[in-house]
Amino acid sequence: MKVAEANSTNRLASALLIAFAAPATVFIALFYLWPVATLALRSITVEALRSAVHDSEIRHVVLFTAYQAALSTALTIGAGLIPAFLLARYEFRGRRLLKALVVVPFVLPTVVVGAAFLALLPESLDQSVTAIVLAHVFFNIAVIVRGVGGLWEQLPSDLTAAARTLGASPIRTMREITMPLLAPAIYASASIVFLFSFTSFGVVRLLGGPAHTTLEVEIWQRATRFGDVPVAAVLSITQFALLGLAVMWFARIQARHRSALGLRPLTMHRRAHSRRQRLFVSTTSMAIVVTICTPLVALVERSLRTGTGHSLTAWRAVFASGPARANPIRPALTNGVDPLASIANSLRFAAIAMAISVVIGALSAFAITALGRRGRLLDVGLMLPLGTSAVTIGFGMLITFDTSPFDWRGSPMMIPLGHALVATPFVVRILLPVLRSIDPRLRDAASTLGASPFRALREIDLRIAARPLITGAGFAMVISLGEFGATSFLTRAGRETLPITIERLLNRPGATLHAQGYVLASVLAAVTFMIIGAVEAVRIGDDSRAW
Amino acid sequence: MLEVRDLTVRFGERELFERASLSVADGEIVALLGPSGSGKSTLLRVIAGLLTPDGGTILVGGADVTSVPTHLRRIGMVFQNEQLFPHRTVEQNVEFGLRMSKWDKQRRSDRVRELLDVVGLAGFGARRVTELSGGEAKRVALARTLAPSPRIVLLDEPLTGLDQELHDQLAGELSQLLRATATTVLLVTHDRNEAEFLADRIVMLADLSSRNPTTDAALGHLRISP
Repeated sequence: MKVAEANSTNRLASALLIAFAAPATVFIALFYLWPVATLALRSITVEALRSAVHDSEIRHVVLFTAYQAALSTALTIGAGLIPAFLLARYEFRGRRLLKALVVVPFVLPTVVVGAAFLALLPESLDQSVTAIVLAHVFFNIAVIVRGVGGLWEQLPSDLTAAARTLGASPIRTMREITMPLLAPAIYASASIVFLFSFTSFGVVRLLGGPAHTTLEVEIWQRATRFGDVPVAAVLSITQFALLGLAVMWFARIQARHRSALGLRPLTMHRRAHSRRQRLFVSTTSMAIVVTICTPLVALVERSLRTGTGHSLTAWRAVFASGPARANPIRPALTNGVDPLASIANSLRFAAIAMAISVVIGALSAFAITALGRRGRLLDVGLMLPLGTSAVTIGFGMLITFDTSPFDWRGSPMMIPLGHALVATPFVVRILLPVLRSIDPRLRDAASTLGASPFRALREIDLRIAARPLITGAGFAMVISLGEFGATSFLTRAGRETLPITIERLLNRPGATLHAQGYVLASVLAAVTFMIIGAVEAVRIGDDSRAW
Repeated sequence: MLEVRDLTVRFGERELFERASLSVADGEIVALLGPSGSGKSTLLRVIAGLLTPDGGTILVGGADVTSVPTHLRRIGMVFQNEQLFPHRTVEQNVEFGLRMSKWDKQRRSDRVRELLDVVGLAGFGARRVTELSGGEAKRVALARTLAPSPRIVLLDEPLTGLDQELHDQLAGELSQLLRATATTVLLVTHDRNEAEFLADRIVMLADLSSRNPTTDAALGHLRISP
C-alpha cells in the first residue's frame, strides 16, 4: 500500500485530470448531446411522424439513398480490389507514389469531388445516378485499397500457390482461398464505404439535381428551404437510428468473419517476373494514375475554359473581387456571392476550428490516457460525432441555439464549433496511440531527476506528442476547410465558406459563375494538398528519426 | 518420371540456373542439397509451375509440361511453413485437392480419414488448423499433398523448424510413408543428415548446371542406400 501511495504522489493530481477532461465534456454535452436530444425530443411531433410515414416522396428518398449507397459500395469494391492487389503484391518503381496517389481523392473535400465530376462528365450525365455513383467510387476507392490491401499484404503468397498445386485454377483459388481470407477486411471497408455513400451530402448536392435526393439532402431541403422543421427532424432521427443499426449490423457481420488466422505480418512484395505480370503492373498503374488525375485535371481545365478558348479570366475575376482592392468594381460579386471573401472566411474558420479541436483533443487525450479504464466514457463520447451525419449535427445546432439565453444563431463561432465537433475525434485518435505507448517509467525517471508531475508531462509527453499534434492540427484544418454538411445549416450571409460558395456558384446558371466555382474548387483542392503535404513531411521526418 | 532439361532461371541480373538438368525416376526419392538462398525452392517452384523459367523444359512421364498451368500438372508440393488454409479445418484442408479433382463426398471423406490415419492424426478432422502444433501442422500439410495422389511430390525443407526430437521422429515417419506409398519425390534441404536419411539419391545443387556437367553416372558416388 505504501508503495502505491508513494507512487500516486508522482502522478498528476486527479483534480488536474478532471480539469483536462472538463472542456471536452462540456463541449460534447453542449454542442452534440443537447442538439441531438433537442432534435429527438423537442422537434418531433406526432403529426410530423404521421406525415413522414405516409409521404411517398420520403419513401422514395429513403429507397434511393439506400440504392445509390449499395451500388456505390459494390462498384467501389470492384474497382478497388485490383489496385489493392497490385499494391499489396508487387514491388515496382513508383509504388510508394502510387500508394499515396490512391489516397488523394479521400482527403479531398466532397464539394471538390462533386465539382471535379461536374467538370469531367458530359452534360448528359449531369444530375444522374451515374454521376453520383462515379464520384462516390472515386472518393472511396482508398478505403478499399488501404483496408483490403493492408490484409492482402499479410497473406502469404504461398497460400495461393499451395491451392494451385492442389489443382485449383486461378479463379477457383481466388474464390476459395483469397476472398474468404480477405472477407473481414472487405466487409469492414465495404461498410465504411456504404456509410459514407449513405450519408453523402456534398456530392449529391452538386451532382444529384432535383431528381435525385438522398436523405441528407432531403433533411436540408425541408429544414432550410421549406421550413418544415418537424418532418426534417423526423428524417434526421430516422437517419441517426438507421446509421446506428447499420453500424451494429456491420459489427456483427465482421465479428462472424473475424477468425484468428494466425497470420504473421510479412511483406512479400515481388517484382513482376513474366511478361504478363509486367504488363499487369504497368497497365494497372497507368489506369490508377489516369483515374485519379483526370477529374482533377478536368476541374482545373474548366476553371480556365471560356466560350472561345482558355484564359485566366475567371481566376482574375475571383482574385480581383476582394474589397481590399482599390478597384470599386467587383466583377465576381453577384447574387450575394463573394468568392474572395469566402477564401478568407474559410481560412479564418479553419484556424479557429483547428485551435478548438487541438486544445480539446489534446487535453482529453491526456486525460483518457491517464484515467485508463475510467477514461473510456470520455473516449466513446468524443467519437460520437463521427458516427453522426454532419447534417444532423448542423441541423441540431441550428434548432437548439435559437432561443434565449442560448440564441447563438448569429454568432460567428457556430461554424467553427460545428467543424471542431467533427475534427476533434481525429485529433484524439491520432494522439491516443502515441500517448499510450509512452513508457510510464520515463515519467518516473523524470520525477527522480526532480521534475514535478506537471513538469514531467510537459517535458516527456508533450515533447513526444508534438509531431502527432501537428498532424492532428493539419487534419483538423483540412476537415474544417472542406466541411459542407453542418456548414450548410449554420452559414449566414457574409460568412460563406469556400464549399458553400462553390456549391452556389456551380448550381446557378451561367458559364461565368461556373468557371469561378471551378476556380474556387481548384483553390480548395490546392490548399488541402498543401496542408496534407506539410503534415506528411512532418510525419515522415518523424519516421526517419525513429529509433 | 520427372525430367528437368537445360533449365535457365534468372532474377533480373542474377542467374540462378544456367542450363540445369535433373531427373527423378518413378518411385525414387531424390534430395537436392544446397545452402540456404541457393535457389532450391526456386527450382521446386519452376517444376510446380509457380514460376516461369527463362529457358528449358520440364517433362513429366515424358510429356512436356513447361507451359501447363500449375493446377493441371498434378504435381504436389509441401511448402515451407506448411501454408495450411487458416480459414478451414484440418479435414477441409486435406479434402481440398480432392474437391478440385471432383471426387464425390463419400470417397472424399474416406480418403481424408485414410490419410489422417496414415499421418497419425486420426480424429483431428474437425480441428482448426490454427490450433495445431508445429509437428501436427507438418503432418496435415503432407496429408493434404498426398491425398489427390499427385504424380510427383515436391518437399520444400519438410522438416525445418522442428526441435531435434520431433525432427527425428517425423523424419522416420516421413521416410516410411513415402516408401510405403511408392511416391516419386524431389525434396530440397540444407541438412545433409536429413538428405541422407530420407533420400535414395542426393544431388548437390551446385552440380545441376552444365557449367560443371554431372551425368547421372557421375552422381552415382553420391548415392546413399537407405
